[in-house]
Amino acid sequence: MAQKTPEQINDDLLRPLSGVSARYLIIMACLVAVVIAAAFAFGWQVYNGIGVAGLRRPVFWGFYITNFVFWIGLSHAGTLISAILRLANATWRRPVTRCAEVITVFALCIGATFPIIHLGRPWLAFWLAPYPSERGIWPNFRSPLLWDFFAINTYLTGSVTFLLLPMIPDFALIRDRSSGWKKKIYTVLALGWIGTPRQWHRLEKAMQIMAVAIIPVAVSVHSIVSWDFAMAPVPMWHSTIFAPYFVAGAIFSGIAALILAMALLRKFLHLEEYLLPIHFENLGKLLLVMSLLWVYFVFAERLTSWYGNESSEMAVFWMTQRGSFSPLFWTMVTCNFLIPFPLLAIKKFRTITGTAIASFTVVIGMWLERFLIIVPSLSRKYMPYAWVTSPYRPTWVEITITAGTFAALGLLYMLFSKAVPIISIWELKWGRHEETVRDPVLARRDEEAMA
Amino acid sequence: MPTVNSIYGLFPGPHAAERGMNALRAAGVAPDKLIVMSPEPFEEYGFAQADRPKWMPWLAVLGGVIGGTGGFTLAWYTQTAYSYPLVTGGMPIVAPWPTGIITYELTMLGAILTTILTLLIGARLPNWKPKLYDPAVSKGKILIGVLDPPDQARADLETRLRGAGAEQVKTTGRSAAS
Repeated sequence: MAQKTPEQINDDLLRPLSGVSARYLIIMACLVAVVIAAAFAFGWQVYNGIGVAGLRRPVFWGFYITNFVFWIGLSHAGTLISAILRLANATWRRPVTRCAEVITVFALCIGATFPIIHLGRPWLAFWLAPYPSERGIWPNFRSPLLWDFFAINTYLTGSVTFLLLPMIPDFALIRDRSSGWKKKIYTVLALGWIGTPRQWHRLEKAMQIMAVAIIPVAVSVHSIVSWDFAMAPVPMWHSTIFAPYFVAGAIFSGIAALILAMALLRKFLHLEEYLLPIHFENLGKLLLVMSLLWVYFVFAERLTSWYGNESSEMAVFWMTQRGSFSPLFWTMVTCNFLIPFPLLAIKKFRTITGTAIASFTVVIGMWLERFLIIVPSLSRKYMPYAWVTSPYRPTWVEITITAGTFAALGLLYMLFSKAVPIISIWELKWGRHEETVRDPVLARRDEEAMA
Repeated sequence: MPTVNSIYGLFPGPHAAERGMNALRAAGVAPDKLIVMSPEPFEEYGFAQADRPKWMPWLAVLGGVIGGTGGFTLAWYTQTAYSYPLVTGGMPIVAPWPTGIITYELTMLGAILTTILTLLIGARLPNWKPKLYDPAVSKGKILIGVLDPPDQARADLETRLRGAGAEQVKTTGRSAAS
């Protein structure tokens, strides 16, 4: 790739923005159909009431809150990983960062809808916002649910900014190469960017500050999501380990989602020259570390409960280890550790296919993990009157809405990849330029190529 | 359309651009009259140097302090100003730990929003009608030039830019039209 001229890089990375193939349209149509089905299911729920979902006393948190935790966790793919790689100045990050940051924004938007979907009366969701109202009642700032409101909104604002700021120079690039209505749109989006040293320095400094600010925000977001559970006196929830356990799980599922997205983009947008095996290998190593960390947290959490031998906790413990939830539990362990570990630990298997398979299983495993944190504990709380009489079963409404959100992510990603280069062009060129500065042979070749 | 009087060269790479910049400096062009536009940040080269915004992090800190103060005030005021009989079992109405979380989140939000604002103001964005720009910059060329060059110096500047390796030399403004 070092021999490619800037114009060739522009052509390669802007090619996906022009024209749509039949395959693209067919996939879009399928995704749109699933999203419409999910919208219908939600409309059905609004019309008939929350009773059409499988939520019954005492399990009032089921698929919806599982999805909420899962999607917020998945959102850690982008901004957090991208920020860490930026601060560490990892040169291999450049083709990866935007793919990752996009996942964050879309996953957050999807995740944030679930508490609203979960509400019996979703049209009153705005009551959560702290604003002066005629009711004279402000939200309860001691509630972790309100902490969620602030944390998710801060993270969403930061993540959208973190995604948008480095897109400005690329918008300017598209502006200069387009015509008609496209030119008008990209002219507005580019904000008049012309690439003066002053603009570059300001952008670079802003990105550094954002990277520093966004890491603690990302950690806080999933800590707060964990405190939705840990602040409640429910067996297996009231635990100090929950915040780091959730953050580690979020990063774990986030990296898996990123690898999957990159593998799909590489194949469908023909980015083989830009998303290289080394990117998958490096992310695969990160995924391996997170898999081991996840096992460590699960072991530490379960060992402490087992050693304490508190009867209510042990009831939930055994329900997941060898009771009705054990098939899901052991599937989770298989998906999160037994399959990914050999695929990622053995160098021969740490290929694009190997990392993609491992990531696919991790995404499934992490969804199951969220489900297993929520439902078994609610099924058997401390008092016998709160023990479940009929087990929680999701209805078609919950399943359709869940499927719809996965389709929505794919749909949003496909639309995005038609509007914005999925790899940051200027950052890629900058990285290539830094390589040439370090290597005089490359520098000479580059100068000749440009001349 | 460019509305300023200028002469500039389009260079194929940073080494040539550096030579172009040195040639303009040798011709006695004042630093505030030099113009540079590039498709990527060329930090290692003298031509791409500009004032480093060291104040930006401090403004972000200031924004954070304002945001945090606002967050604390919001949590504190709204829980105490309306003294409806909220039963808290003897626990504090303004509890320090949860209030700390709200304060923290709004501190970070303040820092983030301030950073966006300082970037936009510092980089003079948005500016949808720049006075001077050449789309060749997007094709990888580096623009090095002079704003408001004296008419008698134009020929010399053009020679210097071409001598440094400019692929094209263009003029804009009054002299270009005449």
